[in-house]
Amino acid sequence: MPMPVIRIPTPLRSYVNGLSEIPVQGQTVAAAMENLLTQYPAMRPHLTNTNGQLRPFVNLFLGESNVRDLQGLETPLKEDDKLLLIPSIAGG
Amino acid sequence: MVPDLSRDEILRYSRHLLIPEVGLEGQKKLLCSSALVIGTGGLGSPVALYLAAAGVGRIGLVDFDVVDSSNLQRQIIHGTGVVGQLKVESARKRLRDLNPDVQVDVFNEPFTSANAMKIAHDFDIIIDGTDNFPTRYLTNDLCVLTGKPLVYGSIYRFEGQASVFYAKEGPCYRCLFPEPPPPGLVPSCAEGGVLGVLPGTIGTIQATEAIKLLLGIGSSLVGRLLLYNALDMSFEYVKLKKNPNCKVCGQNPEVTELIDYNEFCGVPGLGHDEGSAGMDWDISATDLDARLKTGEKIRLIDVREPHELQISSLPGEELFPLGQLAGRLHELDSAQEIVLFCKTGSRSTRALELLVSAGFKKVKNLHGGINAWAREVDTNLPVY
Repeated sequence: MPMPVIRIPTPLRSYVNGLSEIPVQGQTVAAAMENLLTQYPAMRPHLTNTNGQLRPFVNLFLGESNVRDLQGLETPLKEDDKLLLIPSIAGG
Repeated sequence: MVPDLSRDEILRYSRHLLIPEVGLEGQKKLLCSSALVIGTGGLGSPVALYLAAAGVGRIGLVDFDVVDSSNLQRQIIHGTGVVGQLKVESARKRLRDLNPDVQVDVFNEPFTSANAMKIAHDFDIIIDGTDNFPTRYLTNDLCVLTGKPLVYGSIYRFEGQASVFYAKEGPCYRCLFPEPPPPGLVPSCAEGGVLGVLPGTIGTIQATEAIKLLLGIGSSLVGRLLLYNALDMSFEYVKLKKNPNCKVCGQNPEVTELIDYNEFCGVPGLGHDEGSAGMDWDISATDLDARLKTGEKIRLIDVREPHELQISSLPGEELFPLGQLAGRLHELDSAQEIVLFCKTGSRSTRALELLVSAGFKKVKNLHGGINAWAREVDTNLPVY
């Protein structure tokens, strides 16, 4: 069955065994995130704070839109949705 | 009154004059405009070169570093003959050769809250080519507070981001990233590497955006973030919205003047040794060597990535890449002496924090990493 997919940017791939895309079950962004973090606990400090909120230096985009501008972590997901993780990078 | 172009200028800029969107009037605009480039490294190199070639009349360059051999794989404004020289002077020479009509003002100093307003005040546009979070937040806040457009670019390994943050018309950098990551959580290019041509692509996009903004043509990246992946050769865009609660450009801003950005980003100021975990937690390469020579049993835990072993390694070391360390703590024994190391001491400092928070006490950080070992103990090992 198709599942939503989370795209992992290069700086975070070392925490998910080098994967660039991870299918995750979940009907909301929060559920998909929790499934991702259960599979890859080393990712947790990079994505969420102790309250389970997204940390202020990462963004999740659903299509072109920041989930913060939608319904936040409660944004519903469809099975063919792609979530894009956009972290702060500072290299220059 | 804008002076007319000379015969030489007409010839030099003829390919611009042929484009209706630029033409003679546009070229005069560029010659009367100014741009400040923060950083003359990977991004600053192509930005400064293309702005000078395009005839942007006055270009400011801010950097306090000197050219190192390890820069030349991507910082194309510099060359082998200027290794050891000031980056801003090396860049000025190259720009003067490229286009002697352009005025190049150099600022051989760190860009800080103390000098940023003074340096930036009479430039039309600011281009962010820095390599650290404090300077990125400083540059953003400066641009919001002074109403200047900021052309943003950032890179890591194969991926780049670019946007135009212009608070008068759209979101700022803080709208997207309200706070920086804790120090060390996001690897730098010095630790994680970067494809040499990547800053060329992103820097050229920044130069394009700067020239469009100075000319007032086209659709800029205001309100859009460009995501480039060199490995997939993909360009994607996401929409950025102004955050009404943004602390610097929102409805009730808390930041109304430049702040201490090192403190904001939780990093020690300039002069801090990034390869040090702090006095009591460090061991120098020579001290480690002496202790190992006495036959003392010390586990040498390498927290680098597996491919870095091909560059250099220590005899008897064990590889625990930083990303795996938390899940492999059971393989370590807190009763044993442990020395953690990486390339420079930065990742191993993060590893040390992790071990100490897990209750380890007999653990040290190899100050300066395996590069320090290569300089001080085994000079047959390469420094990278």
